[in-house]
Amino acid sequence: MNIIRCGDTLLFRTPPVIAAKAAVGGKKEGEGPLAAAFDELGNDNRFGQSGWEAAEKYLQLRAARLCLQKAQLPEEKVDLALAGDLQAQCTASGYAMRELGVPFAGQFGACSTMAQALGLGAALCAGGGVRNLLAMASSHFCAAERQFRTPLSYGAVRTPTAQWTATAAGCCLLRPEGKGVSVTAATFGRVQDYQIRDINNMGAAMAPAAAATLLRYFADTHSQPQEFDCIYTGDLGQVGSRMLKELLAAEGLLVKNHLDCGCLLFDPETQQVKSGGSGAGCCAAVLCGHILPRLERGSHRRVLFVATGALMSQTTFLQKETIPAVAHLVELGPIRKEES
Amino acid sequence: MKMTAKEYGRRVRHAGPSSALGRDCLWAFCTGGSICLLGELLRRRFLAAGLEAELAGTLTSCSLILLSAVLTTLGWYQKLAARAGAGTLVPITGFANAVVSAAIEFKTEGRVSGTGAKMFLLAGPVIVYGTFAAVVYGVVLWAMQAAGLPLPS
Repeated sequence: MNIIRCGDTLLFRTPPVIAAKAAVGGKKEGEGPLAAAFDELGNDNRFGQSGWEAAEKYLQLRAARLCLQKAQLPEEKVDLALAGDLQAQCTASGYAMRELGVPFAGQFGACSTMAQALGLGAALCAGGGVRNLLAMASSHFCAAERQFRTPLSYGAVRTPTAQWTATAAGCCLLRPEGKGVSVTAATFGRVQDYQIRDINNMGAAMAPAAAATLLRYFADTHSQPQEFDCIYTGDLGQVGSRMLKELLAAEGLLVKNHLDCGCLLFDPETQQVKSGGSGAGCCAAVLCGHILPRLERGSHRRVLFVATGALMSQTTFLQKETIPAVAHLVELGPIRKEES
Repeated sequence: MKMTAKEYGRRVRHAGPSSALGRDCLWAFCTGGSICLLGELLRRRFLAAGLEAELAGTLTSCSLILLSAVLTTLGWYQKLAARAGAGTLVPITGFANAVVSAAIEFKTEGRVSGTGAKMFLLAGPVIVYGTFAAVVYGVVLWAMQAAGLPLPS
């Protein structure tokens, strides 16, 4: 068996690899510190489409096509695409796949979608079920705003703990073997609810999920935080990152190598994003544009990628429910150089 | 995990940067007050032009609504509001912004089920409870009249 289960963690004996990746972003992402990490950036968040939802579909489609182009793989050779987004009924993914025409299984894990798709995709690869699999996620600021908050031109003021939904998409091509960054383990998280009700403080709602998944992974694999070059979370923002550190400190873990994708994507000083970036596309794009290239270059050898998702809806929020959250983890690296 | 939800909630309250309530209120008073001052200047102009007081008041409201609608359409009202805070929310301009922004936003879903149905998405509660308040006020006035109490002029 190529997959070994230790507690909640799946370990891959012959790790699947991320053979290619692509990141596409919007205007604000192009003005941020990670602008150079993107394969393509839009000057206009509509991307020439009729509406915001169609614009997000375009983002996913571009990310998928760029990724396949880099791998020199024709669309018909894709065995399965695992894709998700934040729109109701995951329409950005569904409509993107309508044009791509590959087998598709929709994913919803809110902002944890990318890690969920990567973990599931790696398990499918390791199990011998697929040869070429796309794992992808997207979000669009304008599509998310009109769905979850208020119209764009409405003069609402953000609270200091609020996060900014990224207009971005990231896509990875997974293969059972060959050249690329290896996916060595995956931990699917359990839903945590620490009684946070503030929809403008998602970081605080999601930090317990990230802490719980990390603790399970460390226990399952008998590893320590300092064994990794970096532990990337997405997307806790500044407030959530601080809460994660406090939660882990209460468990006796001092984590000094933690970075959050939501804090990396935007500059909080100049870009007015309050607590940082968020959205399924945020950590997907940071993974594809920033983290994976570091692993490929060898400046990172082993990292953890923990994406967190808040699982409430506008309806449950209005019904005064607390916000449950989940975090999925994938262990990445080192790079494998052999050709298949 | 070792930290309880109660302890976590307590720490979250201290972790997040909180809004500067006093400063925000004072700023909202200044920005909202400036809009009202603009309204008053307009009303004086209308009065000076020889209009009756009631008509001048109505025209002032209409002018502010029109101004807010134009600024919202140009995308400037939201930028102003991001700096002005609640000062742009409370006056009549905020109400116009709520209606126009929703009308623009849901244009993609069609004139009837989009703009038509969603136009009062944000402003609807103001109309509902505004009307309800008027009914309560009417009932109180009627009760006072029935009891022979002096009515406010």
